[in-house]
Amino acid sequence: MGTEVKKTRRRGYKPGGSDKRFYIFNGILMGVIFFIYAWPLWFIAVASFSDPNLVTSGKVFLLPKGFHLNGYRLIMEYRDILVGYANSILYTVAGTALNIVMTILAAYPISRQDFVLRRFFTIFLVFTMYFSGGLIPLFLQVKSLGLYNSPLAMLVPGAISVYNVLILRSFFMYGVPRSLEEAAILDGANTFQMLVRVILPLVKPTIAVLVLYYAVGHWNDYFSALIYLKDRNLMPLQTVLRDILIVGKIDMVSSGMEMEAVIAKLKTAQTLKYSVIIVSTVPLMLVYPFIQKYFVKGIMIGAVKG
Amino acid sequence: MKKEDKKKKRFWARLGKDIRVNYILYLMLVPVTVYFVLFCYIPMTGVQMAFKSYQIKAGIWGSPWVGLKHFRRFFSGYNFGGLLKNTVYISLYSLIAGSVVPILFSLMINYVRSGRWKKTLQMVTYLPYFISNVVLVGMLGIFLGDSGIVNVALKSLGAEGISFLSSGSLFRSVYTWSGVWQGLGFSSVIYIAALAGVDMQLHEAAIVDGASIWQRIWHIDLTELRPTIFVLFIMGLGGAINVGYEKILLMQNPLNLAASEVLSTYTYKMGLINSDYGFSTAVGLFNSLVSMVLLFWANRTTRKLAGYSIW
Repeated sequence: MGTEVKKTRRRGYKPGGSDKRFYIFNGILMGVIFFIYAWPLWFIAVASFSDPNLVTSGKVFLLPKGFHLNGYRLIMEYRDILVGYANSILYTVAGTALNIVMTILAAYPISRQDFVLRRFFTIFLVFTMYFSGGLIPLFLQVKSLGLYNSPLAMLVPGAISVYNVLILRSFFMYGVPRSLEEAAILDGANTFQMLVRVILPLVKPTIAVLVLYYAVGHWNDYFSALIYLKDRNLMPLQTVLRDILIVGKIDMVSSGMEMEAVIAKLKTAQTLKYSVIIVSTVPLMLVYPFIQKYFVKGIMIGAVKG
Repeated sequence: MKKEDKKKKRFWARLGKDIRVNYILYLMLVPVTVYFVLFCYIPMTGVQMAFKSYQIKAGIWGSPWVGLKHFRRFFSGYNFGGLLKNTVYISLYSLIAGSVVPILFSLMINYVRSGRWKKTLQMVTYLPYFISNVVLVGMLGIFLGDSGIVNVALKSLGAEGISFLSSGSLFRSVYTWSGVWQGLGFSSVIYIAALAGVDMQLHEAAIVDGASIWQRIWHIDLTELRPTIFVLFIMGLGGAINVGYEKILLMQNPLNLAASEVLSTYTYKMGLINSDYGFSTAVGLFNSLVSMVLLFWANRTTRKLAGYSIW
């Protein structure tokens, strides 16, 4: 779409006067915006490869100085990070799978015009968007179901987002031609077969986008672990990150270490901050290009048709 | 009366037939219903704790009623005014900044003439969406902390350092603008797509009539974008008004607490840290009421201004 627009805009039209000033202004503005976004991200990456002393004294700006990989080496030795990483992968994969199944189960029936209880169930779901019992009643309920300090507490309480159900419902309603469903029924398919073989392939872009939303939510979730988990071995990566980045608690200094070794460790701990950000965030960013092509297609109807 | 009875009967007959024909739909909704009952509707009944003195042994239903005791204690507490002010201030600040900036950005990026540069900008502004609250707040420390990059640079230039993270007065701005930074690309995706769909003939006609770019942005782009803006604004309302307490909890420190404590973080602390369940539920309930009032107010305003509304 970009090239088409560009061609039309350029044909027989040369900016002059105030429009020229506009383009100059816009060029500067976009340059500034690019800097505000690209530099902090780039800096973290560069700092993770640099000498921590040079970083804290402000000598590192665009390129790494005093190149080394200590931060990354440290991660490999840091038990909590490795355990957290494994846990986060588990919570994200299992949680997202559960989310997608549940979202489809909820969205499909309420998208069917002929479903007698459609209105009832739509209200049943939407009501929970505007009213909830709040933190403590939910916490007590999770506890009384025996989920406290269980990995399931990271998956089940947030199994469905009504907002995403509504997005998917719009796609079932407006993105799938009726005639296709009718043809499938004439061929003798039951509702379930029709859903899996005919309808779901048609809404693949939307599903892809929902996978992204849910997966990012799970990967970045620290609050569920904060309230539902106690066992250190169950903690996701974000909890470990919080200790390292915000609380400033780093578990590497073991008792009986020489003073010099402690100081050396603390110095590398500075680098750990940067490398751990990279290691925790980059995998997710790498997924984005694969899902990007679905993006506009995947959410447009939901936004435009509400 | 009779007519209603008939109607009722017809409904049950229809439902019975539907269950036979579409039994799969009903089966699909079984796990969904179980989920919503267990994790939404049963906790809703827990709201009664706000009016009870919760005792673990007696459970939610068996605990004795205490009327408005928790609310009275909360309203007469020393920090009530501050909590309410912080909550409303931060919600509105981030709602407005978070809605306006992506629109302005989309209008401007729409006039970037190089397709590749435009794509790069879109991608780079989208990346922070993947950053977690924990990492974002960690980055705030790295860049804006007292010994962070910005302050090191300021000091080396001979200027005085700014305590972005440990001062109450700057808290709201740091919270809001770091949120805008993070959400910009994500929030502009739909606007940018909508602008790309604007009929080019409108622009060509305007150019022939001698309209400047500013005029075209105002009269063409913004007009075409209007429905999308209101739909997205209203859809975002519900979420935006629920102040992002996860991020605030991470940003809090003793120095900025006076400005950063909001109703939802207070609910968390009173409930899960002090285990004062009844009181915490009361605060939480009051918080939902405040959100509701804000939601109604914002909805009425958009309806008056533009004729769009949720209801």
